[in-house]
Amino acid sequence: MEALLAIVIGVLYASGVYMLMRRSIVKLIIGLALLAHGASLLVFTAAGLTRAVPPVIPFGEKAITGTVADPLPQALILTAIVISFGVQAFAMVLAYRAYQTVGTDDLDDMKATDT
Amino acid sequence: MIVAVLSGFVLALLAPSLYRLSPRWAGCVFSLFPAALALYFLSHMEGVVAGEAVRVTYPWVPAMGLELSFNLDGLGLLFALAITVVGTLIITYAGSYLHGHPSLPRFYLFILMFMASMLGVVLSDNLIALFVFWELTSITSYFLIGFEHDKDTARAAALQALLVTGTGGLALMAGVLLMGQIGGSFEISALASDNAALHGHHLYPLVLALVFAGAFTKSAQVPFHFWLPSAMEAPTPVSAYLHSATMVKAGVYLLARFSPVLGGSDIWLYVVTGFGAATMLVSAYQALYQTDLKKILAYSTVSVLGTLTMLIGLGNKLAIQAAMVFLMAHVLYKAALFLVAGSIDHETGTRDVRQLGGLRKTMPIICAGAAIGALSMAGLPPFFGFVGKEALYEALTHDNMLVTVVGVLTSMLLFAVAWLAGIRPFSGEETHTPKHPHDPPWTMWLGPVFLGCLSVLFGLMPALPEKLLSAAAGSVLGKEVHMHLALWHGFNPLLVLSLVTFALGVLVYLNVDRLQKVTEFALPAVRRGPSHWYALWLRFLNWSAAGQTRVLQNGYLRLYLGTIMTVTAVLAWYTVLAQADVGVIEFNWGDIGIHEWVLGVVTLVASIATVRAQTFLRAVMALGVVGYSVALFFVLYGAPDLAMTQFLIETLSLILFVFVFYYMPPFKRFSTRGVILRHVAIGTAVGALFTLLVLVATSVQWHPTISTYFSQNSYLMGQGRNIVNVILVDFRGFDTLGEITVLAVAGIGVYSLIRLRLGKGGGS
Repeated sequence: MEALLAIVIGVLYASGVYMLMRRSIVKLIIGLALLAHGASLLVFTAAGLTRAVPPVIPFGEKAITGTVADPLPQALILTAIVISFGVQAFAMVLAYRAYQTVGTDDLDDMKATDT
Repeated sequence: MIVAVLSGFVLALLAPSLYRLSPRWAGCVFSLFPAALALYFLSHMEGVVAGEAVRVTYPWVPAMGLELSFNLDGLGLLFALAITVVGTLIITYAGSYLHGHPSLPRFYLFILMFMASMLGVVLSDNLIALFVFWELTSITSYFLIGFEHDKDTARAAALQALLVTGTGGLALMAGVLLMGQIGGSFEISALASDNAALHGHHLYPLVLALVFAGAFTKSAQVPFHFWLPSAMEAPTPVSAYLHSATMVKAGVYLLARFSPVLGGSDIWLYVVTGFGAATMLVSAYQALYQTDLKKILAYSTVSVLGTLTMLIGLGNKLAIQAAMVFLMAHVLYKAALFLVAGSIDHETGTRDVRQLGGLRKTMPIICAGAAIGALSMAGLPPFFGFVGKEALYEALTHDNMLVTVVGVLTSMLLFAVAWLAGIRPFSGEETHTPKHPHDPPWTMWLGPVFLGCLSVLFGLMPALPEKLLSAAAGSVLGKEVHMHLALWHGFNPLLVLSLVTFALGVLVYLNVDRLQKVTEFALPAVRRGPSHWYALWLRFLNWSAAGQTRVLQNGYLRLYLGTIMTVTAVLAWYTVLAQADVGVIEFNWGDIGIHEWVLGVVTLVASIATVRAQTFLRAVMALGVVGYSVALFFVLYGAPDLAMTQFLIETLSLILFVFVFYYMPPFKRFSTRGVILRHVAIGTAVGALFTLLVLVATSVQWHPTISTYFSQNSYLMGQGRNIVNVILVDFRGFDTLGEITVLAVAGIGVYSLIRLRLGKGGGS
């Protein structure tokens, strides 16, 4: 199953990087989103995949006894998802306001500092 | 001794605050410090002239075997005394000269710092320390030349001096490091006692070239001499101190100090002598053409520096002795003449020699100081300048005809220049000047008068400085020297040569206008030459810097990203292929269930559809599919918390996307086919790299995972059953706090961007 996810991650990264290099600022933000998905899956997969049960201690127990999914990468990814949402939301509004001010969504027209 | 050198830096830093305590007396109080240092160095005189150098070392960077070592021998003592004695007079003088100047505290800061650095240069025995102090003198000189920083010319001159001496400084650094590497020690005394390794090494010519570059730029040798006359933009005390008495002699000092280490070879002889001879003649000639009093003195200083360089190049006993005598004579008369020029400028409001005349009536004391300085500079008896010139002639006539001719011609020109600068402003009829002149306060005539007295005293009794000069020459030659100086040597060829010089000098002075006309054709070549090259070089630097910025800082995000991604991909691919064991990767297709296949293919198709979408809505839809598929992957592999968050956030993102981008224009095709192909290639390279990295990363496990700790202690310590939650709010609680803060900041940013009213209305 790692092989499948590795390919999915690769395609997500490839499309994310490609979109980052577009001139349209909207596509750039979409690229950011694709890259964020790729990064989440990368951490998730690199830490090792299991089809085991979620990392929750059953009632009546004091600690994990059987095999469970690794909780640490999950905690990291949770943080990553939320942060990338914050970044995307800010970037979207910024792009929108920039479009309103400059009158274009072409990054090449936003080069100068005094437009 | 370390206290003597470094206390100057401390005082320099305190100077601006101390100045505010008593602006009126600050100059006099600060001048007590170099005076005290001068007494300290004088107290070592007896031991040093007896041949006992004072050497102290302190550990500096023990790990690198570096020591902060100071060595007070004859040469060091001669320079240290020049620095501190002239320093005392200069600081006293500056208090009145710059009286009321708003930046006076800053002046004290830099001049004291310069003095400490200069002492460091002449006393350091360690090459690295010497280099550091050397650079500090360049930097303080930069600030002092640009002291009147609201003047364009002062700033340009400061920059010019810094660039010229700084470039030389870099060369010197390379030279010093090479010397240390080849010679096996960074201590000059150690290198001097065993210089065979350096002389025999095949890089010896390179070391010489680098050291020469440093020394010649600092001591303003042709063709680097142009910065020194420009540096006359500095206040006169600075010109007198840095650009005549001390800093510009650092290059001469360096050559003298290094001559036991590097000297004695044919290259040394011809290069140093040649540069020195060219400098002394060319700049003495140029001095004749100046009308600014300070520039006349500046060119004559360059000429003397050339003479000293030539003598050190010759390197025999007579030449080194003559260099030391000549150096002392120059310090005494030139500093005095500069201070006189400053007083004239201060009192009359002009430094143009064509406008000055008859000042002997209005400024009698200054006139006396100027006359002694000028007569000493002209080499007339009974002043010390005469003793210096006799020593020079003795050394030159013992060498060869060519240097003798150069020496006589230069002395002849300097004779005329001395008259021009030191006698003419005081003689003749009184002229009309912008200000009505009178003698300045005692602080401003003390310097020229004191130095003038020394010129007379040492001239009449040359035995007084004899021992110190012998010790100084001795430390250059590396053996004991006993020289005998006398004012009267009897009737001998040297006296005839002197008389010839005086006669020629008078002739030149009387016919200076005619001479200027006759030799005018040569002027553009020597005057415009090097400074013009400097201007061209500066233009080239600016041009190439602007070009690089245009190429590298082009303002296109896609080019930056493309560069970064390409470099990363190439380096990482190379590393992975060269280092990682690709054999450990196993493609295991068998354990993938049918539902996983379906999900995988859906993700792939959706992500490609996002890229290829022609309208905004399709792109966002496809992106949504990708997001939800990722959430489903989380469900499949035991991460329900992630899945929930992902579903929520994805939904929120989609709504925001649609909400915001509803107002954006439809997609346009900006890129050409070639650009798209190139970007696809970069993207593919990066994507494939990550596929490979995932496969490598999942095949190896170097360290035991720390998750076991969390799993074991989640309930016991965190009182929670959901381990992911306990990690977030308990074990890594501060991370979560940071995350919430980021989210809050982003929220504030979004809110304020939406509320912000741009354009005509101004702020909201």
